Amino acid sequence: MNTNAILSVRNLKTRFTMDEGTTKAVDGVSFDVAPGQVVGIVGESGCGKSVTIKSILRIVQKPGEVVGGEILFRPQRHGENGTDFVDLAKLDGRGKEMRTIRGNDIALIPQEPMAALSPVHTIGNQLVEAVQLHRKINKRQAEEIAIERMKEVGVPSPEERMSAYSWELSGGLRQRVMIAMALLCSPRLLIADEPTTAIDVTTQAQVLNLLRGLQKNHDMAIIFITHDLGVIAQVADDVVVMYLGRVMETGPVDDIFHNPLHPYTKALLGSIPSIHTTSREPLPTIEGSIPHPFNRPAGCPFFPRCAAYMPGKCDRQTPKLERIGEHQSVSCFLHHEVAEEI
Amino acid sequence: MLVYIVKRLLLLPLLLLVFSVIAFILIQAPPGDFVTSYVAELAASGSSMDRLQIDALRELYGLDRPGYVQYFKWLSRILQGDLGISLDFQKPISELIGQRLLLTVILGLSTFLFTFAVALPIGTISATRQYSFFDYFFTVFNYVGVATPTFMTALILMWLAFSKLGITITGLFSPEYADAAWSFGRVVDLGKHVWLPMVILGLDGTARLARILRANLLDELNKPYMEMARAKGMPEWRLIIKYPVRLAINPLVSSLGWYLPLIFSGSLIVATVLNLPTIGPLLLRSLISQDMFLAGSIVLSYFGLAVIGTLLSDVLLAWLDPRIRMEES
Ligand SMILES: Nc1ncnc2c1ncn2[C@@H]1O[C@H](COP(=O)(O)OP(=O)(O)O)[C@@H](O)[C@H]1O
Ligand SMILES: [Mg+2]
Repeated sequence: MNTNAILSVRNLKTRFTMDEGTTKAVDGVSFDVAPGQVVGIVGESGCGKSVTIKSILRIVQKPGEVVGGEILFRPQRHGENGTDFVDLAKLDGRGKEMRTIRGNDIALIPQEPMAALSPVHTIGNQLVEAVQLHRKINKRQAEEIAIERMKEVGVPSPEERMSAYSWELSGGLRQRVMIAMALLCSPRLLIADEPTTAIDVTTQAQVLNLLRGLQKNHDMAIIFITHDLGVIAQVADDVVVMYLGRVMETGPVDDIFHNPLHPYTKALLGSIPSIHTTSREPLPTIEGSIPHPFNRPAGCPFFPRCAAYMPGKCDRQTPKLERIGEHQSVSCFLHHEVAEEI
Repeated sequence: MLVYIVKRLLLLPLLLLVFSVIAFILIQAPPGDFVTSYVAELAASGSSMDRLQIDALRELYGLDRPGYVQYFKWLSRILQGDLGISLDFQKPISELIGQRLLLTVILGLSTFLFTFAVALPIGTISATRQYSFFDYFFTVFNYVGVATPTFMTALILMWLAFSKLGITITGLFSPEYADAAWSFGRVVDLGKHVWLPMVILGLDGTARLARILRANLLDELNKPYMEMARAKGMPEWRLIIKYPVRLAINPLVSSLGWYLPLIFSGSLIVATVLNLPTIGPLLLRSLISQDMFLAGSIVLSYFGLAVIGTLLSDVLLAWLDPRIRMEES
């Protein structure tokens, strides 16, 4: 484990137990986030990205439950050095200690800004509330902070926006408001769950630039979730590639892009449209489809779609995420022999 | 917001005009005119009226003229505050229903407040603790509440109160205050008596509203804004009350438009069973005795209450939901 990491997720497991069956939405995920680092989590829709970050925030709701692993986090008030981590997985999700961390030390930029704002409360009301949950200050002061933050993220005439409703704003503006809301209490870790999927391409680029800039100015770490490797290339330092609730490969962006080890990463990279492809050429897509969460294959979750599938090996045992080389880790028997214990 | 209310208010006279036509048709429904039945009634009770008086009455109500003239004569008298005379009671109608109308409104509004005050927590807890013992308990309770006719509840409670506690629980006042003028003591006495009819009348509505709220809330509880509020670090109960409950209430408030008139008028049988001095029992009696001007006036006041109820719900909804406010102005 990276000793100066502010977040270290170890073997995280989150399940949804329903009458129809159990979904192992997150099944042994591990990764580290260093201070000031941008970590991108990438994977196809349904691979467990959102559940992973909801688990970190401890807002997974019934029938979901964090059933194993550690979420070691170093909040601000616990000094910078040493090993004074809090294991978020051991806290009560609704308890006071976890609530002080949520929105304060770790903030979330949600997937759909429209749906994440209440249509019957003003923007100002929702921003002020977010400040006052963590700071003992009066409404006036909280409003000042809210306006200040909106200015910082480039919301035009923020004073007027305070009394506006979410449905009166454009998509891009709404996303900026959500970013302002996340920044209110100067978190150490910002989690952005597909923050650019709901907005158009031009605004997307602006939002990405904004996040990069904010990350530098505030010295925050960011976990950036996307299903788009192209976006990862623009913003992230490190990448975590997920498939069916497991980490397939992780490492610095450059290494992953130039030297992908896992067949799944290779397949994902192959499906990015580049400027050289003409529009007539069909995009290469990954063969097969993601198995239904109730019918996870035994062994490596990717083997049914894998080009390098080794019968008798990949369908029997599940490869562990092992360090290969200096920075990259991969869970694939093409690169090591270490399997998960059953 | 103001534009919205003014718009609604402008619609009001128009609605009442339409309703007045309906009420008038009702008055005209029984065969023969009412002066004839009046004379017949007088004759039956052994007294009589001289020719001149009868003609004066016929002239006053325009009984020899076409229907629309009679209607406008009636309407213009109503607009001057003269509802006519009850033949049955031999009293001006406004005197007869004034007090009863007030008590009807008081009972209706307390029933309404009771309904909301009880349905809100029941619906909220049922939804947030779905499939818990509490939820099942209130599911059964709600079905019983909806399925039992209200007058039956009234009869059962009356019988229980009488046989177990030895008290009669009819009326809205103690005997000493029943016909007294309004005083502080009378208001207190009303407060002591109003709760039982309020509970009886409100039970059915409470059950229905709790059901609606539970269903609405179950929809709201999975919305992304809940997740966002949690991610901000908000305590669970506080966020449930501030966001989903607030949003789930809107459809309830729009139901107020039909629910409030229902409480006002639906109380007829219960009010008769419980012998309440509201306008319901009076309507029943006027219909039996074909006292049509009285019946028409009462029906018209029901319409009036219904219109006010709808107006109230519209304004409340606009106040609660900025999207509606925006749409209308
Ligand atoms: N509320 C829920 N109830 C049941 N299963 C869920 C729920 N939320 C997520 N899941 C399961 O977890 C898997 C991962 O979901 P998610 O993390 O939202 O995917 P994504 O990577 O697209 O964000 C889904 O395929 C689904 O089966
Ligand atoms: Mg997601």
